[in-house]
Amino acid sequence: MELYMPVVALGIIATGFAVFSIVMSAVVGPKRYNRAKLDSYECGIEPTPQPVGGGRFPVKYYITAMLFIVFDIEIIFLYPWAVAFDNMAVFGLVEMILFILTVFVAYAYVWRRGGLEWD
Amino acid sequence: MSSAAVLAAEFQAPSFEYSLLSPLLVIFGVAITGVLVEAFAPRGSRYLLQAVLAVLGVVGALVATVIVGLNLVSRGGGTAHGSIAAEGAIAVDGPSIFIWGTVLVLSLVSVLLFAERRLEGGVLSFAGQAAALPGTEAEREASTRGLEHTEVFPLMMFAVGGMMLFPASNDLLTMFVALEVLSLPLYLLCGLARRRRLLSQEAALKYFMLGAFSSGFFIYGIALVYGYAGSMNFAAISAAVSGRAGGEGLLLGGIALLAVGMMFKVGAAPFHAWTPDVYQGAPTAVTAFMAACTKVAAFGALLRLFYVAFGGARWDWTPMVWVIAILTMVVGSVLALSQTDVKRMLAYSSIAHAGFLLTGFVGAQQVADVGIGEITSLQAVLFYLVTYGFTTVAAFAVVTVVRDAGGEATHLSRWSGLGKESPVVAGVFAVLLLGMAGIPLTSGFTGKWAVFTTALAGGAWPLVVTAVLFSVVAAFFYVRVIVLMYFSDPVGEGPTVATPSILTTIVIAVGFAATLALGVVPGPVLDLAAAAGEFIR
Repeated sequence: MELYMPVVALGIIATGFAVFSIVMSAVVGPKRYNRAKLDSYECGIEPTPQPVGGGRFPVKYYITAMLFIVFDIEIIFLYPWAVAFDNMAVFGLVEMILFILTVFVAYAYVWRRGGLEWD
Repeated sequence: MSSAAVLAAEFQAPSFEYSLLSPLLVIFGVAITGVLVEAFAPRGSRYLLQAVLAVLGVVGALVATVIVGLNLVSRGGGTAHGSIAAEGAIAVDGPSIFIWGTVLVLSLVSVLLFAERRLEGGVLSFAGQAAALPGTEAEREASTRGLEHTEVFPLMMFAVGGMMLFPASNDLLTMFVALEVLSLPLYLLCGLARRRRLLSQEAALKYFMLGAFSSGFFIYGIALVYGYAGSMNFAAISAAVSGRAGGEGLLLGGIALLAVGMMFKVGAAPFHAWTPDVYQGAPTAVTAFMAACTKVAAFGALLRLFYVAFGGARWDWTPMVWVIAILTMVVGSVLALSQTDVKRMLAYSSIAHAGFLLTGFVGAQQVADVGIGEITSLQAVLFYLVTYGFTTVAAFAVVTVVRDAGGEATHLSRWSGLGKESPVVAGVFAVLLLGMAGIPLTSGFTGKWAVFTTALAGGAWPLVVTAVLFSVVAAFFYVRVIVLMYFSDPVGEGPTVATPSILTTIVIAVGFAATLALGVVPGPVLDLAAAAGEFIR
């Protein structure tokens, strides 16, 4: 049980932060309502009425989200590596550099082929 | 002791056998370089760069495979040799090397088919701009500008890498990752046909949905087997299975679910439903690659999983495989009879072949079970995969050259009278079909002989009787196509045979030569399969 105390502590802190942020923004933040704010959130496209046959919708959000996930995964692997860095020595460093390079290859492809251009 | 100290005390720095895994690293390196080429090379030079890079990469990986194969160390005294690499995740042993070699040679042939440009008038047979909706102005513009997706080459290389990792994985998680690495590029490639794009996109979507579904089964099976054995590693699972650790329900459920995932990939009934649609809709070069290489890789993985990890539970899974094998042969052979499209017919034929392969697999004859000079089940299946792979690639390559105004003329009625139009192409296709039917002096006969012998030795004679019976049924529809080509009159304009560039010609020639050579002198390849020995544990 003792081992899990940090996790519990982290959970409490995270919950506290979330509650604090929501309550504070409700209390302190300015309230200016408009139509867009009351609409349901649909990644920037009009939720209704749907175009006939589904229509075409922009996929740029999707690309951005995918890129985010790529970096997200990268971070997930960086954390345990950072923890075990001392033990892994040069091997760990080389492997991690190779890993980050391959992630950047995907990034370079998206960048060069215009995936980062918004319009 | 603080948690950091605990970690430091238990921590063992991992190691990675770069030289043993060099074939894999070369292929993945080429795939990644291909993505960089796509990003930085000017559009005009991409095709040549990508094609040359892919060919060189596969050749390089082949050389590396041969070097690694020659330097395998004996393990455990028996015929098994090789070592477990990457912290127990990958087994580089004789069968792995054999399958790597097979996949790489077949990929080399397929790359040439991918790179064929002459048949479509100077562009690849893949969609110019996959994002353009079929039948729109954007599509026509992409076509007039001569756009091409040269991404197909790196995508194919990623798939090849997955296909090499899949049969060599030595734990369930690595196997799952490899399964995805080989599948995801294939889903994409299936949707990239230049002609009949709706059919192609439909095929890609079907393949993806059903593939994702079967992956779900596979990973659920992994969870159950992990629950039973307490490990993902094949050696540990094997130990738990032999020791009958208790909780048989978990094990049986796990085996069944893993089998669903595997049988989907090899295209065995009743998990075959995707095969005809996908084989028909996908660009024919991709179909050829997929039909040959995926089957080799998936059967390799199937054998390793069931022989190594679940070898101790053989009596539990054999009945299941019996049923699947019989069903697969029946469905493949009987439904092929009613097909009117040559690609669909070849798809059903590949299902039937999966059934014959399963017949060899179910015998489960190991070195200890057979006498000197007799072949084991593993060797028989490996040999059959080689014969099947070459014949299939060549058959689909022939399909790409029989064309009319709308592209490939895949409807069988368009093939009537082909013997008069082009005796050479019809003759080659006839030999390939006879090879698939298993007529003596072709590779199909020696392959079938090998798997049926081991199945008989394993006591699966009812299965062999069924297999022989349905070989005859299958022979009927192969011969029907030959009759159609030679003894029917052309309908209307009749088929035209386009003259392909040297690339497709090489593919057809290699497949044709292998079909005959392996039928007349199967010895060298059988010896190679024998040299591969057993799986290491």
